[in-house]
Amino acid sequence: MSSHHESILREPLVTGENITYSKVTEDILVPVENKPNKAWWIGFIVSALGAGLWVFSVSWTFWFGIGEWGLNKTVGWAWDITGFVWWVGIGHAGTLISAVLLLFRQNWRNSINRSAEAMTIFAVICAASYIISHMGRPWLFTWALPLPNQYGSLWVNFNSPLVWDVFAISTYFSVSLVFWYTGLLPDIATIRDRAKGTRRRVYSILSFGWNGSVKTWQRFELVSLILAGVSTPLVLSVHTIVSMDFATSLVPGWHTTIFPPYFVAGAIFSGFAMVQTLLLITRKVMNFENYITMFHIESMNKIIILTGSIVGVAYLTELFIAWYSGVEYEQYAFLNRVSGPYWWAYWIMMTCNVISPQLFWIKKVRTSIALSWILSIVVNIGMWFERFVIIVTSLHRDYLPSSWVMFYPSWVDVGVFIGSIGVFFTLFLLFLRVLPAIAMAEVKLLLKSSSDQAKKKLIAEKAVDSGEAEYYLESLEKYDSISPKVAEFQKV
Amino acid sequence: MSNIKYILGHFEDPDDLMHGIDKLQENSVSIYDVYTPMPIHGIEDKLGIKRSRLGKVAFCFGLTGTITAISMITYMLVIDWPMNIGGKPHFAFPDFIPIMFELTVLFSAFGMVGTYFFVNHLAPGRAPRVMDLRATNDRFVIAIDAKTNTSHDQIDNILKEAGAVEVKHNERKYVSYE
Repeated sequence: MSSHHESILREPLVTGENITYSKVTEDILVPVENKPNKAWWIGFIVSALGAGLWVFSVSWTFWFGIGEWGLNKTVGWAWDITGFVWWVGIGHAGTLISAVLLLFRQNWRNSINRSAEAMTIFAVICAASYIISHMGRPWLFTWALPLPNQYGSLWVNFNSPLVWDVFAISTYFSVSLVFWYTGLLPDIATIRDRAKGTRRRVYSILSFGWNGSVKTWQRFELVSLILAGVSTPLVLSVHTIVSMDFATSLVPGWHTTIFPPYFVAGAIFSGFAMVQTLLLITRKVMNFENYITMFHIESMNKIIILTGSIVGVAYLTELFIAWYSGVEYEQYAFLNRVSGPYWWAYWIMMTCNVISPQLFWIKKVRTSIALSWILSIVVNIGMWFERFVIIVTSLHRDYLPSSWVMFYPSWVDVGVFIGSIGVFFTLFLLFLRVLPAIAMAEVKLLLKSSSDQAKKKLIAEKAVDSGEAEYYLESLEKYDSISPKVAEFQKV
Repeated sequence: MSNIKYILGHFEDPDDLMHGIDKLQENSVSIYDVYTPMPIHGIEDKLGIKRSRLGKVAFCFGLTGTITAISMITYMLVIDWPMNIGGKPHFAFPDFIPIMFELTVLFSAFGMVGTYFFVNHLAPGRAPRVMDLRATNDRFVIAIDAKTNTSHDQIDNILKEAGAVEVKHNERKYVSYE
């Protein structure tokens, strides 16, 4: 352990006074071991009502068919695929945090990976529900799988990106679930060993008999690393394949080779925005300020600027290439996007995704909790509009001007969408109640190397250069949860 | 005295724990196992534990997935029911790559995690083989088999000198979860 010396100049990943290993456990398990507070109940009731709306709207769709949606013969794909791509994109941040940041040894991921992975799983559930409900006859979903059947067997067409997508999404969901649950085992064991009676029995079953022996941990670390290694290309492949659902078609506005990287960047962008939306609330309500610090928030905001700018470059490249291609249909598709009847959707997308995240270049904005939260919602809205713009504006004016139409969502479309947000939050709130929202074992790893108290101890022992120590103490000013003793320290 | 099965040395700090392991090994006391609430880096070398072979397992499962995918797709689209899709070749290899990749990842992840659960006896509902309840919370525990290491007083002293906050003499091996 002591071999992991960290520079004093690095921001602390755990703040607060007298944080011991048992305090980490106590703090993180407060929501799991106690009755929920009022904020949780209000959130849960509202979300559960949303989930109820989802059940109702999806049942309505199943009973009366897709004709109940606002689709028409020109626009055959609209809110359903918009919602699907939006949710899958949101899911990507969880894998990015848990896998890519693990490979890059970004230790700040340790306190946010658990909830981000949970978010991934719930977002993919919402996305998958869109796939099932847009099928029209959802009980025939098995036709998308290569199963023997009475038609000969007539197999699925493996040349189709929609079939690739079935494999990509189901692999992504199941591998993410395995990754998440394996990581949860040590923490479930912690809950088990502190619980009594029925709770202990339930968590004992869930813990798979984890005991924390040397060999278990050694293999655990290797398993996590390899899962991260395979999940990284997986997550890139998933959104690449989602983009190929569009890019391999011949529809102007979809038929572009820029789609895979552009979609992946957009996915990370929207995913981090959703992580921000959830965690800013969670850390406040659950009192996790010592573990999810301003440094975490700022780091995520930096990723949001980066990916937002990539998305911005992609939008401009699309416009340029449409013009440069010299193809009149391609040129019209983009002209129609920017200035046609859906100009407002295009400009909402541009404003929310490209312009407003640039505010994060200002340090005051990126370290303000309220502004970070508002901008994260803005990004979520913008990314929904991005998918809407790509899908609906490319379809609504096809090659035959007599069939040009507008798309108007029906109440069922709106119900399924709002409802899916309800499902997502219901699952997330239940997760916060029954499982630790922060990976305790991983935060404990940081305690001796990267916590504020460890660094202060080094300063007190005069084990570090005084100039560096001063820099460190000054840099603490920006943390919102810093102890009042900082001032005293500076006097010493 | 003779009923004691295991001696547990509780440490509050991983560095003390490592020191304790060194001290025990200097006095040729064999260590049964170490239970910790988080992974301790470098402990495997001290205890002489071999590198895990799970990486190779993951590779083999991954390869199985690749082969499964290519043979499944080739059988279905080329051998069993070749279809003329715009006059394109039946064996359209580039189109097979996405699913070959997905199945490689799927097989390697599930195969490796399944193997991990199997070799470490992790399964839903399995009774936890836990020696002390605090080893999953805030204590770093060295377990010493008291039957093979008979000089119990000496072990107690070594552990305490190394910084153990508590030394327990357990008459049963595992904590009862009943």
